[in-house]
Amino acid sequence: MKAFTYERARTPAEAAAAARVEGAKFIAGGTNLLDLMKLQIEAPAHLIDINGLGLDTIEETEEGGLRVGALVRNTDLAADQRVRRDYGVLSRALLAGASGQLRNKATTAGNLLQRTRCPYFYDTNQPCNKREPGSGCSALGGFSRQHAVVGGSDACIATHPSDMAVAMRALDVTVETVRPDGKTRSIPIADFHKLPGDTPHIETALERGELITAVILPKPVGGKQIYRKVRDRASYAFALVSVAAIVQPDGTGRVAVGGVAHKPWRIEAAEADLPKGAKSVAAALFADARPTEQNQFKLTLAERSIGAVLAEAKG
Amino acid sequence: MKFDKPAGPNPIDQLKVIGKPTDRIDGRYKTTGRAPYAYERHDVVGNQAYGYVIGAAIAKGRIASMDLAKAKAAPGVLAIVTAENAGKLGKGNFNTAKLLGGPQIDHYHQAVALVVAETFEQARAAAQLVRIDYAEGKGAFDLAAARDGATKPEPKFGGPADTAVGDFTGAFAAAPVKLEETYTTPDQSHAMMEPHASIAAWKGDQLSLWTSNQMIAWSAGDVAKTLGIPKEKVVLTSPFIGGGFGGKLFVRADAVLAALGARAARRPVKVTLTRPLMMNNTTHRPATIQRVRIGSGVDGKITAIAHESWSGDLPGGGPETAVGQTRLLYAGANRMTAMRLAVLDLPEGNAMRAPGEAPGLMALEIAIDEMAEKLNLDPVEFRIRNDTQVDPEDPKRPFSQRQLVQCLQQGAERFGWSKRNATPGQAREGQWLIGMGVAAAFRNNLLTKSAARVRLDRKGFVTVETDMTDIGTGTYTIIAQTAAEMMGVPLEQVKVKLGDSRFPVSCGSGGQWGANNATSGVYAACVKLRESVAQKLGFNTENLQFADGQVTAGNRSVPLAQAAVDGELTAEDAIEFGDLDKKYQQSTFGGHFVEVGVDIATAEIRVRRMLAVCAAGRILNPKSARSQVIGAMTMGVGAALMEELAIDKKRGFFVNHDLAGYEVPVHADIPHQEVIFLPEADPISSPMKAKGVGELGICGVGAAVANAIYNATGIRVRDYPITLDKLIDKMPEVA
Repeated sequence: MKAFTYERARTPAEAAAAARVEGAKFIAGGTNLLDLMKLQIEAPAHLIDINGLGLDTIEETEEGGLRVGALVRNTDLAADQRVRRDYGVLSRALLAGASGQLRNKATTAGNLLQRTRCPYFYDTNQPCNKREPGSGCSALGGFSRQHAVVGGSDACIATHPSDMAVAMRALDVTVETVRPDGKTRSIPIADFHKLPGDTPHIETALERGELITAVILPKPVGGKQIYRKVRDRASYAFALVSVAAIVQPDGTGRVAVGGVAHKPWRIEAAEADLPKGAKSVAAALFADARPTEQNQFKLTLAERSIGAVLAEAKG
Repeated sequence: MKFDKPAGPNPIDQLKVIGKPTDRIDGRYKTTGRAPYAYERHDVVGNQAYGYVIGAAIAKGRIASMDLAKAKAAPGVLAIVTAENAGKLGKGNFNTAKLLGGPQIDHYHQAVALVVAETFEQARAAAQLVRIDYAEGKGAFDLAAARDGATKPEPKFGGPADTAVGDFTGAFAAAPVKLEETYTTPDQSHAMMEPHASIAAWKGDQLSLWTSNQMIAWSAGDVAKTLGIPKEKVVLTSPFIGGGFGGKLFVRADAVLAALGARAARRPVKVTLTRPLMMNNTTHRPATIQRVRIGSGVDGKITAIAHESWSGDLPGGGPETAVGQTRLLYAGANRMTAMRLAVLDLPEGNAMRAPGEAPGLMALEIAIDEMAEKLNLDPVEFRIRNDTQVDPEDPKRPFSQRQLVQCLQQGAERFGWSKRNATPGQAREGQWLIGMGVAAAFRNNLLTKSAARVRLDRKGFVTVETDMTDIGTGTYTIIAQTAAEMMGVPLEQVKVKLGDSRFPVSCGSGGQWGANNATSGVYAACVKLRESVAQKLGFNTENLQFADGQVTAGNRSVPLAQAAVDGELTAEDAIEFGDLDKKYQQSTFGGHFVEVGVDIATAEIRVRRMLAVCAAGRILNPKSARSQVIGAMTMGVGAALMEELAIDKKRGFFVNHDLAGYEVPVHADIPHQEVIFLPEADPISSPMKAKGVGELGICGVGAAVANAIYNATGIRVRDYPITLDKLIDKMPEVA
């Protein structure tokens, strides 16, 4: 860990302004950032503690949705009665992630900003374009069982580890931010996470110093809401594949898939095939898949998992 | 005490304390944070500095250059130890690669430097400033590719490389029913809770090491040998150990580097291995490729059985002895086993819980299941039909005790085995395909010298001192039970001191030999103490009763404490074994029964319930023995379903080197476990008439899980771990 300076911000605008400094980072729950700092994968020169900003409430919006403060803890978000009633897929996704202790600490914004669990990213002896741009990708041709099967590039095949974000992609949430100049903006979740391309170290649409203040859940869309996480052990493991689905009584709906790409994977056009069944949906979702020998099973697994979820929604 | 003929009746047979389910006497220290583990021993010596280990960034090659200047100038840095400045170092008897590498690098994360600083954070930060340039060499990292070049290893632990009895080739060729299959098991990590850790302090030329180690005498010797100092100059202390599983049988880099760091910094230094270092810096269970061939008559009697195993290790290392159990488990006149060892440049392999049998049975007991199916026999019945009460290679040697058949029969009854549908893929509950599997458990009973000292004080308290260790197994308690039984005092009046190289040399903890041998050593010392007590109290009969704090002969009864009224009485002795283990084959047996569910859509595998029936001599403490067995069963589920050190075959290292990447079972994976111990006392084993169970519990579990998966799905997987990707393409179509 490198020595760093530390301050506690009092308002979102103040936090964003403070983040103009080269090498500054926000810290909230710290469940991912601190680990990465100990390994010196992240080496911020300055930490801005945003835990004192408030931003920890869930309020109803004029549009009939919910405004989830950036600092609402995962445990609290999952347990909120309105979330459980109207956004079941989100509550289930949150509870499928991490452990009770981590969910107590982890925040809504921090969860979106989790970094990949690619083991090569975590080992500073190994080339990794995400950690050290231009150094190469060790996972390509290496141990890649957990890695992305779609949307990857020659530079990076890492996956995004979040469960929450997959459900949020299915719900089409919006991410609200404030920038160092005080201006705010709303970023649709679809545009929030980036594919790796040639710049896998750029993971989100956030600009330097831009602070997430809230996540807006749109008006409830109803339907059966299911989150199915498939993993080698029963708990406390990242998804091999996960499926967030919202299925309406007429068989239409939405599907986002986790564990397969650098971002929650959803293609709206594929959803037209939902009434036709999982095979068609998966074919459309993974038409451009480029799996490795070690992770091609994820394509079959994703298709069968979508099938299981659709069957559950019917039954 | 020489133990060279079967034990007759002795005070242990009273079973007033021994054999009773007993809470750990050290439990309260652990649950209240007062059990001193190595890294937290702030109190033992003042002014402790912190060492941070740098592991090699390559798997094979040389350090071309090393620049310490920036690190030396970093805040708080006191010293940096490297092979260049550490002086001449030896290599321990139990180490394959050097614990401080450089300039030659033997494996990934081999320690190449220790940075010592005032605080842990300073040491870690400075370590990042050490600049090392490597000249990377070519290495061999793929067992399958190296298999053809494997050679016959020198015999070490686990028997000769080759065995043969009868005419295997002829009998196998002639057998009407036969099986030939190849199975693989992956490299596995001990992944114990407490990482390796040591605090070192020098007083002149005297070294004190507070560490976490299973084998005190081996390791004190290896520290001395590595540092080139007399063994008498090393005091090694390890009273509490947060799990070992074989990973702490040996001295590792933390201990040696703490000693070198303390010498360089001229003050005490503490070192722990970080979790990422553990998988590649220390030892692991080596991967195997195993070929099993079995031939049988149509009557279901095995006529030919062969088991060959290939594993790899660094030059000078040893094989995974995966064929050992096949020499003894089933009858059959024509048999052969062979082990071959390839040179691999991965980190060094060595013992992990039930070395040999654990991976060996993972292969053999699938093969037996497959063979039973070919014969259209129930797998329990097939095993029973091929039971043997004598060593099949040498029928003059009977087993001292062998209740394998009883384990299987009782297990089948208790588990509801008769409800199993022999045709796979038939049982379904909702989304789950359900299957049951069985496997035999087998692990040898190993005998080795073990000494102890016992003291009786004027209050009637008995203190036991031995360098035996408690690695979470419950040793403190069974030793206290032994002394309480022998001296006729309540358990609360026994103090047990373990894990100190100044105490008499014990068997140590490993190979499930700890319980039987260490308590036998305490038994021997107590026999001597009883003699001293008798003499002191003026009894001249052998028919003395030690009970309720009194010593009684006929009508005369004297308080035990009175023997120490003029001063403490001390006795020391060791148990030493004759050739009973040559005349008799001594082993432990069990039957594992497992029910799994396999998700019909995703092929996720979840264990639903497990049962182990064990026959393992006298069970000294049924409570801690049960804990040992359920822990081992859990580890067996890990081996079956998830544990694998993933190799990067280009860069030559284990990639998933932390507990996020190397998955072991969590609570949610282990719903229901039951353990039954069959009544047994084995007078040929020791005066305690006990054996071991800590490793028996893992032996066979993996295969029982694999066989249950087959029964559930009809898909036979012969490559561990059995993860869903190995099933998914063969699962039935779902809507």
